[in-house]
Amino acid sequence: MLTGTRLTEKPHAAIISGAAGATKAACGHYTTSQEVSRNMSTDTHWVDVVTRVRSQDRDAFAELFQHFAPRVKGFLIKSGADVNMAEECAQDVMATLWHKAHMFDPSRASVSTWIFTIARNRRIDMLRKQRRPEPDELTWGPEPEPDAADVMELQQESMRLAKAMSQLPEKQRELIQKAYFGDLSHSEIAEETGLPLGTIKSRIRLALERLRHAMK
Amino acid sequence: MKEIKHHLSEALLMAYSAGTLPEAFNLLVATHISMCDECRVRLEAFDTVGGALLDDAADNTSNVDFNATLRLIEGGPKDPIRFEHAKGVLPSVLQEYVGGDVDSVKWRSVGMGVRQAILKTSKEASVRLLHIPAGCAVPDHGHRGTELTLVLQGAFRDEEDRFDRGDVEIATEDLEHTPVAEPGEDCICLAATDAPLRFRSLIPRIAQPFLRI
Repeated sequence: MLTGTRLTEKPHAAIISGAAGATKAACGHYTTSQEVSRNMSTDTHWVDVVTRVRSQDRDAFAELFQHFAPRVKGFLIKSGADVNMAEECAQDVMATLWHKAHMFDPSRASVSTWIFTIARNRRIDMLRKQRRPEPDELTWGPEPEPDAADVMELQQESMRLAKAMSQLPEKQRELIQKAYFGDLSHSEIAEETGLPLGTIKSRIRLALERLRHAMK
Repeated sequence: MKEIKHHLSEALLMAYSAGTLPEAFNLLVATHISMCDECRVRLEAFDTVGGALLDDAADNTSNVDFNATLRLIEGGPKDPIRFEHAKGVLPSVLQEYVGGDVDSVKWRSVGMGVRQAILKTSKEASVRLLHIPAGCAVPDHGHRGTELTLVLQGAFRDEEDRFDRGDVEIATEDLEHTPVAEPGEDCICLAATDAPLRFRSLIPRIAQPFLRI
Protein backbone atom coordinates (compact mmCIF):
# COMPACT_ATOMS: atom_id res chain seq x y z
CA MET A 1 0.00 0.00 0.00
CA LEU A 2 1.08 3.52 -0.66
CA THR A 3 0.07 5.34 2.50
CA GLY A 4 3.49 5.21 4.08
CA THR A 5 5.24 6.96 1.22
CA ARG A 6 6.46 10.49 1.84
CA LEU A 7 7.72 13.02 -0.63
CA THR A 8 11.47 12.88 -0.86
CA GLU A 9 13.53 16.04 -1.01
CA LYS A 10 15.70 14.87 -3.85
CA PRO A 11 15.17 12.47 -6.71
CA HIS A 12 16.46 9.00 -6.03
CA ALA A 13 17.45 7.88 -9.47
CA ALA A 14 20.83 9.49 -9.76
CA ILE A 15 21.88 7.31 -12.63
CA ILE A 16 19.97 6.45 -15.74
CA SER A 17 19.35 2.77 -16.09
CA GLY A 18 16.89 0.24 -17.44
CA ALA A 19 15.10 0.88 -20.73
CA ALA A 20 17.17 3.96 -21.39
CA GLY A 21 20.43 2.29 -20.54
CA ALA A 22 22.10 3.52 -23.72
CA THR A 23 22.34 7.05 -22.33
CA LYS A 24 23.93 6.09 -19.04
CA ALA A 25 27.40 7.27 -19.93
CA ALA A 26 26.19 10.59 -21.30
CA CYS A 27 24.10 11.55 -18.29
CA GLY A 28 26.04 10.85 -15.14
CA HIS A 29 24.75 11.97 -11.74
CA TYR A 30 22.05 14.44 -10.88
CA THR A 31 21.56 16.31 -7.66
CA THR A 32 18.37 18.34 -7.92
CA SER A 33 15.33 18.02 -10.13
CA GLN A 34 15.98 21.58 -11.30
CA GLU A 35 19.31 20.48 -12.69
CA VAL A 36 17.71 17.44 -14.22
CA SER A 37 15.19 19.51 -16.15
CA ARG A 38 17.97 21.52 -17.74
CA ASN A 39 19.82 18.51 -19.11
CA MET A 40 19.35 17.52 -22.74
CA SER A 41 18.99 13.81 -22.03
CA THR A 42 16.63 14.13 -19.09
CA ASP A 43 13.63 12.69 -20.78
CA THR A 44 15.25 9.27 -20.77
CA HIS A 45 15.58 9.82 -17.02
CA TRP A 46 11.81 10.22 -16.78
CA VAL A 47 11.30 7.15 -18.97
CA ASP A 48 13.25 5.25 -16.35
CA VAL A 49 11.16 6.73 -13.54
CA VAL A 50 7.90 5.73 -15.25
CA THR A 51 9.29 2.24 -15.86
CA ARG A 52 9.83 1.98 -12.08
CA VAL A 53 6.35 3.35 -11.33
CA ARG A 54 5.05 0.57 -13.57
CA SER A 55 6.49 -1.96 -11.12
CA GLN A 56 4.77 -0.12 -8.21
CA ASP A 57 7.91 1.72 -7.04
CA ARG A 58 6.63 4.33 -4.56
CA ASP A 59 9.80 6.40 -4.46
CA ALA A 60 9.73 6.68 -8.23
CA PHE A 61 6.11 7.85 -8.05
CA ALA A 62 7.02 10.45 -5.43
CA GLU A 63 9.71 11.77 -7.74
CA LEU A 64 7.36 11.86 -10.73
CA PHE A 65 4.80 13.66 -8.56
CA GLN A 66 7.21 16.25 -7.24
CA HIS A 67 8.28 17.20 -10.74
CA PHE A 68 5.08 16.92 -12.76
CA ALA A 69 2.15 17.60 -10.40
CA PRO A 70 2.90 21.36 -10.18
CA ARG A 71 3.32 21.48 -13.95
CA VAL A 72 -0.02 19.81 -14.55
CA LYS A 73 -1.73 22.17 -12.10
CA GLY A 74 -0.01 25.22 -13.61
CA PHE A 75 -1.03 24.10 -17.09
CA LEU A 76 -4.67 23.74 -16.01
CA ILE A 77 -4.69 27.17 -14.40
CA LYS A 78 -3.23 28.69 -17.56
CA SER A 79 -6.02 26.92 -19.46
CA GLY A 80 -8.63 28.78 -17.44
CA ALA A 81 -9.37 26.38 -14.55
CA ASP A 82 -9.83 27.93 -11.10
CA VAL A 83 -7.39 26.88 -8.38
CA ASN A 84 -9.69 24.31 -6.72
CA MET A 85 -10.64 22.67 -9.97
CA ALA A 86 -7.00 22.60 -11.08
CA GLU A 87 -5.98 20.99 -7.77
CA GLU A 88 -8.67 18.32 -8.02
CA CYS A 89 -7.90 17.64 -11.66
CA ALA A 90 -4.11 17.51 -11.07
CA GLN A 91 -4.57 14.93 -8.26
CA ASP A 92 -6.71 12.91 -10.58
CA VAL A 93 -4.13 13.08 -13.39
CA MET A 94 -1.33 12.00 -11.04
CA ALA A 95 -3.40 9.07 -9.75
CA THR A 96 -4.12 8.08 -13.35
CA LEU A 97 -0.36 8.04 -14.07
CA TRP A 98 0.10 5.47 -11.31
CA HIS A 99 -2.65 3.26 -12.74
CA LYS A 100 -1.70 3.69 -16.38
CA ALA A 101 2.10 3.54 -16.17
CA HIS A 102 2.06 0.18 -17.97
CA MET A 103 0.51 1.84 -21.02
CA PHE A 104 3.31 4.34 -21.58
CA ASP A 105 5.23 3.69 -24.83
CA PRO A 106 8.57 5.55 -24.81
CA SER A 107 9.18 4.89 -28.51
CA ARG A 108 6.16 7.04 -29.36
CA ALA A 109 6.07 9.79 -26.74
CA SER A 110 8.16 11.52 -24.10
CA VAL A 111 6.93 11.38 -20.51
CA SER A 112 5.89 15.06 -20.70
CA THR A 113 3.89 14.36 -23.84
CA TRP A 114 2.21 11.35 -22.27
CA ILE A 115 1.28 13.34 -19.16
CA PHE A 116 0.07 16.23 -21.31
CA THR A 117 -2.38 13.96 -23.18
CA ILE A 118 -3.75 12.52 -19.91
CA ALA A 119 -4.12 16.00 -18.39
CA ARG A 120 -5.82 17.30 -21.52
CA ASN A 121 -8.36 14.48 -21.52
CA ARG A 122 -9.08 14.91 -17.81
CA ARG A 123 -9.58 18.63 -18.33
CA ILE A 124 -12.18 17.96 -21.04
CA ASP A 125 -13.91 15.42 -18.77
CA MET A 126 -14.00 17.61 -15.69
CA LEU A 127 -14.19 21.17 -16.96
CA ARG A 128 -16.24 20.76 -20.08
CA LYS A 129 -18.17 17.67 -18.95
CA GLN A 130 -17.63 16.06 -22.32
CA ARG A 131 -16.37 12.77 -23.57
CA ARG A 132 -13.14 12.91 -25.49
CA PRO A 133 -13.31 10.64 -28.54
CA GLU A 134 -9.84 9.10 -29.01
CA PRO A 135 -8.51 7.38 -32.14
CA ASP A 136 -8.63 3.57 -32.15
CA GLU A 137 -5.55 2.05 -30.52
CA LEU A 138 -2.94 0.38 -32.69
CA THR A 139 -1.60 -1.80 -29.91
CA TRP A 140 -3.59 -4.94 -30.04
CA GLY A 141 -1.92 -8.31 -29.70
CA PRO A 142 1.24 -8.84 -27.68
CA GLU A 143 3.06 -5.64 -26.75
CA PRO A 144 6.34 -5.45 -28.63
CA GLU A 145 9.28 -4.30 -26.50
CA PRO A 146 10.41 -0.89 -27.82
CA ASP A 147 13.94 -0.76 -29.16
CA ALA A 148 16.28 1.15 -26.80
CA ALA A 149 17.86 3.19 -29.61
CA ASP A 150 14.40 4.20 -30.92
CA VAL A 151 13.38 5.25 -27.44
CA MET A 152 16.45 7.40 -27.00
CA GLU A 153 16.10 9.08 -30.38
CA LEU A 154 12.41 9.87 -29.90
CA GLN A 155 13.15 11.30 -26.46
CA GLN A 156 15.95 13.43 -27.84
CA GLU A 157 13.82 14.69 -30.72
CA SER A 158 11.22 15.77 -28.18
CA MET A 159 13.86 17.70 -26.25
CA ARG A 160 15.08 19.32 -29.44
CA LEU A 161 11.57 20.39 -30.35
CA ALA A 162 11.17 21.95 -26.90
CA LYS A 163 14.45 23.82 -27.39
CA ALA A 164 13.43 24.99 -30.86
CA MET A 165 10.13 26.23 -29.42
CA SER A 166 11.95 28.28 -26.81
CA GLN A 167 13.92 29.94 -29.61
CA LEU A 168 10.89 30.95 -31.66
CA PRO A 169 10.12 34.67 -31.92
CA GLU A 170 8.10 35.83 -28.91
CA LYS A 171 4.99 36.57 -30.95
CA GLN A 172 4.86 33.13 -32.52
CA ARG A 173 5.48 31.40 -29.20
CA GLU A 174 2.58 33.33 -27.71
CA LEU A 175 0.27 32.18 -30.48
CA ILE A 176 1.16 28.54 -29.87
CA GLN A 177 0.58 28.98 -26.13
CA LYS A 178 -2.76 30.64 -26.81
CA ALA A 179 -3.81 27.73 -29.02
CA TYR A 180 -2.96 25.18 -26.30
CA PHE A 181 -4.40 27.18 -23.41
CA GLY A 182 -7.71 27.50 -25.23
CA ASP A 183 -7.56 31.17 -26.19
CA LEU A 184 -7.74 30.51 -29.93
CA SER A 185 -10.40 28.62 -31.87
CA HIS A 186 -9.32 26.24 -34.61
CA SER A 187 -10.28 28.77 -37.28
CA GLU A 188 -8.01 31.35 -35.61
CA ILE A 189 -4.99 29.04 -35.64
CA ALA A 190 -2.69 29.93 -38.51
CA GLU A 191 -2.26 27.23 -41.12
CA GLU A 192 1.52 27.59 -40.95
CA THR A 193 2.62 27.15 -37.36
CA GLY A 194 6.33 27.43 -38.12
CA LEU A 195 6.98 24.57 -35.70
CA PRO A 196 9.80 22.21 -36.68
CA LEU A 197 7.66 19.07 -36.43
CA GLY A 198 9.27 17.10 -39.26
CA THR A 199 11.86 15.16 -37.28
CA ILE A 200 9.38 14.21 -34.57
CA LYS A 201 7.01 12.93 -37.22
CA SER A 202 9.67 10.72 -38.78
CA ARG A 203 10.57 9.12 -35.43
CA ILE A 204 6.94 8.37 -34.63
CA ARG A 205 6.37 7.07 -38.15
CA LEU A 206 9.26 4.66 -37.68
CA ALA A 207 7.85 3.49 -34.35
CA LEU A 208 4.44 2.87 -35.93
CA GLU A 209 5.97 0.93 -38.82
CA ARG A 210 7.86 -1.29 -36.36
CA LEU A 211 4.66 -1.78 -34.39
CA ARG A 212 2.73 -2.77 -37.50
CA HIS A 213 5.52 -5.12 -38.51
CA ALA A 214 5.61 -6.72 -35.05
CA MET A 215 1.89 -7.40 -35.23
CA LYS A 216 2.05 -9.30 -38.52
CA MET B 1 -7.00 0.41 -48.35
CA LYS B 2 -6.56 3.03 -51.05
CA GLU B 3 -4.27 5.88 -50.21
CA ILE B 4 -5.94 8.79 -48.42
CA LYS B 5 -5.49 12.04 -50.35
CA HIS B 6 -7.42 14.61 -48.33
CA HIS B 7 -6.15 15.03 -44.79
CA LEU B 8 -6.92 17.11 -41.72
CA SER B 9 -5.49 20.63 -41.64
CA GLU B 10 -2.68 21.63 -39.28
CA ALA B 11 -5.12 23.95 -37.48
CA LEU B 12 -7.59 21.13 -36.81
CA LEU B 13 -4.87 18.76 -35.62
CA MET B 14 -3.40 21.38 -33.33
CA ALA B 15 -6.82 22.23 -31.87
CA TYR B 16 -7.61 18.52 -31.40
CA SER B 17 -4.28 18.06 -29.66
CA ALA B 18 -4.90 21.12 -27.49
CA GLY B 19 -8.36 19.80 -26.64
CA THR B 20 -10.19 22.94 -27.70
CA LEU B 21 -12.48 21.57 -30.43
CA PRO B 22 -16.17 20.91 -29.83
CA GLU B 23 -17.01 17.25 -29.22
CA ALA B 24 -18.59 16.83 -32.68
CA PHE B 25 -15.31 17.84 -34.36
CA ASN B 26 -13.27 15.73 -31.93
CA LEU B 27 -15.29 12.71 -33.02
CA LEU B 28 -14.66 13.35 -36.71
CA VAL B 29 -10.94 13.97 -36.14
CA ALA B 30 -10.57 10.80 -34.01
CA THR B 31 -12.44 8.78 -36.65
CA HIS B 32 -10.20 10.03 -39.46
CA ILE B 33 -7.03 9.36 -37.44
CA SER B 34 -8.26 5.82 -36.79
CA MET B 35 -8.18 5.38 -40.59
CA CYS B 36 -5.10 7.48 -41.43
CA ASP B 37 -1.54 6.79 -40.23
CA GLU B 38 -0.29 10.01 -41.79
CA CYS B 39 -2.51 12.16 -39.56
CA ARG B 40 -1.86 9.94 -36.54
CA VAL B 41 1.81 10.73 -36.90
CA ARG B 42 1.13 14.45 -37.39
CA LEU B 43 -1.09 14.46 -34.30
CA GLU B 44 1.54 12.81 -32.12
CA ALA B 45 3.99 15.56 -33.16
CA PHE B 46 1.45 18.17 -32.00
CA ASP B 47 1.03 16.29 -28.71
CA THR B 48 4.81 16.67 -28.32
CA VAL B 49 4.32 20.45 -28.53
CA GLY B 50 1.76 20.14 -25.72
CA GLY B 51 4.30 18.17 -23.69
CA ALA B 52 6.89 20.92 -24.14
CA LEU B 53 4.38 23.55 -22.96
CA LEU B 54 3.56 21.39 -19.94
CA ASP B 55 7.25 21.33 -19.00
CA ASP B 56 7.20 25.13 -18.74
CA ALA B 57 3.86 25.48 -16.97
CA ALA B 58 4.86 25.29 -13.27
CA ASP B 59 4.81 28.32 -11.01
CA ASN B 60 5.23 28.73 -7.26
CA THR B 61 1.49 28.63 -6.55
CA SER B 62 0.93 25.27 -8.15
CA ASN B 63 1.85 22.73 -5.45
CA VAL B 64 -0.46 19.73 -5.32
CA ASP B 65 -1.54 17.73 -2.25
CA PHE B 66 0.49 14.51 -2.35
CA ASN B 67 -1.35 12.65 0.42
CA ALA B 68 -4.74 13.41 -1.09
CA THR B 69 -3.44 11.92 -4.35
CA LEU B 70 -2.31 8.77 -2.52
CA ARG B 71 -5.80 8.40 -1.09
CA LEU B 72 -7.20 8.69 -4.61
CA ILE B 73 -4.86 5.94 -5.77
CA GLU B 74 -6.01 3.71 -2.91
CA GLY B 75 -9.52 4.02 -4.32
CA GLY B 76 -8.43 2.21 -7.47
CA PRO B 77 -8.59 3.28 -11.13
CA LYS B 78 -11.62 5.40 -12.04
CA ASP B 79 -11.27 5.27 -15.80
CA PRO B 80 -13.85 3.16 -17.57
CA ILE B 81 -12.16 0.33 -19.40
CA ARG B 82 -12.00 1.20 -23.06
CA PHE B 83 -13.96 -1.15 -25.20
CA GLU B 84 -12.68 -1.82 -28.71
CA HIS B 85 -15.45 -2.72 -31.15
CA ALA B 86 -14.80 -5.30 -33.85
CA LYS B 87 -13.51 -3.82 -37.10
CA GLY B 88 -16.36 -2.82 -39.39
CA VAL B 89 -17.19 -0.05 -41.83
CA LEU B 90 -17.03 2.34 -38.88
CA PRO B 91 -13.91 2.66 -36.70
CA SER B 92 -14.39 1.67 -33.07
CA VAL B 93 -14.44 5.27 -31.79
CA LEU B 94 -17.43 6.02 -34.03
CA GLN B 95 -19.19 2.73 -33.20
CA GLU B 96 -19.08 3.90 -29.60
CA TYR B 97 -21.38 6.82 -30.54
CA VAL B 98 -23.60 4.77 -32.85
CA GLY B 99 -23.90 1.77 -30.56
CA GLY B 100 -22.50 -0.59 -33.17
CA ASP B 101 -21.50 -0.71 -36.83
CA VAL B 102 -23.46 0.59 -39.86
CA ASP B 103 -26.34 -1.87 -39.35
CA SER B 104 -27.06 -0.28 -35.94
CA VAL B 105 -27.50 3.26 -37.31
CA LYS B 106 -30.99 4.70 -36.81
CA TRP B 107 -31.46 6.41 -40.17
CA ARG B 108 -34.09 9.04 -40.92
CA SER B 109 -34.99 10.18 -44.41
CA VAL B 110 -34.18 13.77 -45.32
CA GLY B 111 -35.69 13.52 -48.81
CA MET B 112 -34.31 12.79 -52.28
CA GLY B 113 -33.15 9.37 -51.13
CA VAL B 114 -30.67 10.81 -48.65
CA ARG B 115 -30.81 9.56 -45.04
CA GLN B 116 -29.11 10.87 -41.93
CA ALA B 117 -28.55 10.05 -38.28
CA ILE B 118 -27.59 12.78 -35.84
CA LEU B 119 -25.16 11.61 -33.16
CA LYS B 120 -25.44 12.95 -29.64
CA THR B 121 -22.63 15.34 -28.71
CA SER B 122 -22.26 18.63 -26.85
CA LYS B 123 -24.20 21.51 -28.35
CA GLU B 124 -21.52 23.89 -29.72
CA ALA B 125 -21.40 21.85 -32.92
CA SER B 126 -23.22 18.90 -34.44
CA VAL B 127 -22.23 15.71 -36.19
CA ARG B 128 -24.28 13.28 -38.25
CA LEU B 129 -23.96 10.28 -40.48
CA LEU B 130 -25.19 10.69 -44.05
CA HIS B 131 -26.26 7.89 -46.34
CA ILE B 132 -26.32 8.95 -50.00
CA PRO B 133 -27.49 6.33 -52.52
CA ALA B 134 -25.02 5.67 -55.36
CA GLY B 135 -25.41 8.34 -58.04
CA CYS B 136 -27.51 10.69 -55.88
CA ALA B 137 -26.75 14.25 -54.79
CA VAL B 138 -26.97 16.01 -51.45
CA PRO B 139 -28.97 19.25 -51.89
CA ASP B 140 -26.86 22.21 -52.91
CA HIS B 141 -25.80 24.05 -49.77
CA GLY B 142 -23.50 26.72 -48.45
CA HIS B 143 -22.08 27.08 -44.94
CA ARG B 144 -22.08 29.65 -42.24
CA GLY B 145 -19.28 28.00 -40.28
CA THR B 146 -16.90 25.13 -40.98
CA GLU B 147 -18.18 21.82 -42.26
CA LEU B 148 -16.01 18.70 -42.24
CA THR B 149 -17.08 15.66 -44.25
CA LEU B 150 -15.31 12.32 -43.85
CA VAL B 151 -16.03 9.45 -46.26
CA LEU B 152 -16.59 6.08 -44.52
CA GLN B 153 -17.86 4.06 -47.46
CA GLY B 154 -18.06 4.68 -51.23
CA ALA B 155 -16.98 8.02 -52.66
CA PHE B 156 -18.41 11.40 -53.67
CA ARG B 157 -17.52 14.19 -56.01
CA ASP B 158 -18.25 17.88 -55.85
CA GLU B 159 -17.08 21.06 -57.57
CA GLU B 160 -13.77 20.77 -55.69
CA ASP B 161 -12.56 17.20 -56.11
CA ARG B 162 -13.24 13.50 -55.62
CA PHE B 163 -13.38 12.13 -52.05
CA ASP B 164 -12.80 8.45 -51.34
CA ARG B 165 -12.94 6.35 -48.16
CA GLY B 166 -10.87 8.05 -45.45
CA ASP B 167 -10.75 11.43 -47.23
CA VAL B 168 -11.88 14.59 -45.41
CA GLU B 169 -13.34 17.63 -47.13
CA ILE B 170 -12.93 20.86 -45.18
CA ALA B 171 -15.56 23.35 -46.34
CA THR B 172 -15.56 26.93 -45.10
CA GLU B 173 -18.00 29.81 -45.55
CA ASP B 174 -17.05 30.46 -49.17
CA LEU B 175 -17.78 27.00 -50.51
CA GLU B 176 -21.15 26.33 -52.13
CA HIS B 177 -21.08 22.73 -53.22
CA THR B 178 -23.22 19.84 -54.36
CA PRO B 179 -21.71 16.51 -53.30
CA VAL B 180 -22.75 13.63 -55.59
CA ALA B 181 -22.22 10.00 -54.59
CA GLU B 182 -20.35 8.05 -57.25
CA PRO B 183 -22.20 5.26 -59.03
CA GLY B 184 -21.56 1.71 -57.85
CA GLU B 185 -21.67 1.90 -54.05
CA ASP B 186 -23.83 3.95 -51.65
CA CYS B 187 -21.79 6.62 -49.94
CA ILE B 188 -21.71 6.92 -46.14
CA CYS B 189 -20.16 10.03 -44.65
CA LEU B 190 -19.63 11.57 -41.25
CA ALA B 191 -20.28 15.32 -41.35
CA ALA B 192 -19.55 17.78 -38.56
CA THR B 193 -20.49 21.45 -38.57
CA ASP B 194 -20.27 24.33 -36.12
CA ALA B 195 -23.18 26.24 -37.69
CA PRO B 196 -26.46 25.23 -39.31
CA LEU B 197 -26.21 24.45 -43.02
CA ARG B 198 -27.76 26.96 -45.41
CA PHE B 199 -29.65 25.47 -48.32
CA ARG B 200 -30.07 27.49 -51.49
CA SER B 201 -33.43 26.22 -52.69
CA LEU B 202 -36.57 27.04 -50.77
CA ILE B 203 -37.93 23.62 -49.83
CA PRO B 204 -34.92 22.32 -47.89
CA ARG B 205 -34.65 25.73 -46.22
CA ILE B 206 -38.17 25.37 -44.85
CA ALA B 207 -37.44 21.81 -43.80
CA GLN B 208 -34.18 22.76 -42.12
CA PRO B 209 -35.47 23.48 -38.59
CA PHE B 210 -37.24 20.11 -38.57
CA LEU B 211 -34.22 18.20 -39.78
CA ARG B 212 -31.95 19.75 -37.15
CA ILE B 213 -29.19 20.18 -39.70
